[in-house]
Amino acid sequence: MRQARLTVRGNETVGPYALVRLGRAGLEAGTPGQFFMLEAPGRLLPRPFSLCLAPTGELGFLVDPIGPGTRAIASLEPGETIFVTGPLGRGYDLAVERPLLVGGGIGIAPLPYLSATLDNPPALLGFRSAHHAEAAALVPNAEVVLDPTLVTEALPDDPGDVLACGPEPMLDTLEALVPRAQLAREAPMACGYGACYGCVVERDGGYIRLCLEGPVLSARGGAH
Amino acid sequence: MAVRLLNASGCLDALAAPEVARSLDVFVTKTITPEPRPGNPPVRFAETEHGMLNSIGLQGPGLEPFVSEHLPRLAALELELWASIGGFSAEDFGSSCARLDGEDSVAVVELNLSCPNVEEAPETAAELVAAARAATRKPLYAKLSPAQWDIASSAKAVVEAGADGLSLVNTIRGLALDESLAPRLARAVGGYSGPALKPIALACVHACASAVDVPIVGMGGVTTGLDALELVAVGASAVALGTVLFHDPGAPARIREELTAEATRRGLRDPLGARGRSVAKSEKSLQIAQNGTA
Repeated sequence: MRQARLTVRGNETVGPYALVRLGRAGLEAGTPGQFFMLEAPGRLLPRPFSLCLAPTGELGFLVDPIGPGTRAIASLEPGETIFVTGPLGRGYDLAVERPLLVGGGIGIAPLPYLSATLDNPPALLGFRSAHHAEAAALVPNAEVVLDPTLVTEALPDDPGDVLACGPEPMLDTLEALVPRAQLAREAPMACGYGACYGCVVERDGGYIRLCLEGPVLSARGGAH
Repeated sequence: MAVRLLNASGCLDALAAPEVARSLDVFVTKTITPEPRPGNPPVRFAETEHGMLNSIGLQGPGLEPFVSEHLPRLAALELELWASIGGFSAEDFGSSCARLDGEDSVAVVELNLSCPNVEEAPETAAELVAAARAATRKPLYAKLSPAQWDIASSAKAVVEAGADGLSLVNTIRGLALDESLAPRLARAVGGYSGPALKPIALACVHACASAVDVPIVGMGGVTTGLDALELVAVGASAVALGTVLFHDPGAPARIREELTAEATRRGLRDPLGARGRSVAKSEKSLQIAQNGTA
């Protein structure tokens, strides 16, 4: 587990989101779907973010400013520094033959880095408004649907190897439709490295720590 | 002798983060209960203005799987290992201690007499300690709740019942609401920890250090070396880290360094030299006050 104090290199607006770019300072980018814990200035606990972009020397995170912690991170200015731990957790299994990236809303966050790693496979993205859909520009080769159309309705008959991230109802529907889909789940996390047992999700009748066993989980019935 | 640093029980998984455990002097397990427990439903934690609430509910495999599966892997880390045990009756504490008594890798048994997130045993803390004492020769540390008016009396009672040391303090019960005024935790209440707990921990250690003559592991809101030194000054001989590990896995090395620097700044050769300083001082000022009114 690596930690470092990283310097903000840039902070751009992408629709309603902020794309915060940090200098790497020795931290690895990890596997797409893995996440980092970012210090939220003025708050006690860090916040988990999957890596969005990994240009040379930088780590980029897509932030939806919905609470005090995410707002503090989304308003960071170039030159400011924050404490970062990562990469953490288990990312996507990249041994796939016909990848289709599926994302919804802020859940598209890990897809730009995943797309770059897999050589820009097709993607299907859903957003609640055209303003939110400005983030689709981060994912090459993407088809975009807007609310009330759902990505799960726009899915091709033979979707291939689905690698997804998005709101829980979207992932639950995908899980039912595509048994072998890889789904990046989300949960609030206090520590991100298995210490607190705060981020559990229900699995096979018990609670598992999403930070250690996820955030990418295979659809139930599939093997991960 | 240096001030030893531990993790607070339930705030670190040595198997998931062995390098963090190795940066401590002692690893304390998450509380082990006789039977497996799934733990409480999420949402399990909430950040608040000055701390955090947790409601994990002692999720764990139960004692037998702990001994057969987890303990050998923990022992392989070659750390000083303390087992935290919990239960719902004196019989639970007795049987768990009896089971651990023959396990050489367990150096100390910490008795969690104070989890704020599960139902309590009907017996008093002293009766639970007595049951544990009868079942093992291993050193026993009693972990007490700060939510009691006269913690010094509890401290005396558990020491008389056979506790060799005290772990002070556990979290204190709290509740937080969201914008719609609904509780943020699934089980509504949880254990409150973090910086807000420090003054409460200082008062508890201070009260107990004057009342009993056993080693005390101080904990509650320690974020810096100065926080740790303050706990030593009120009577702790070792310090445990909890919430700080969540936001700074590198905290043990940093706090150890800061602790030495803060002691040096005060002219102390080592941090343990501060032990009990504030206890002696407050007793002295109490005498002056009493003499003054006499």
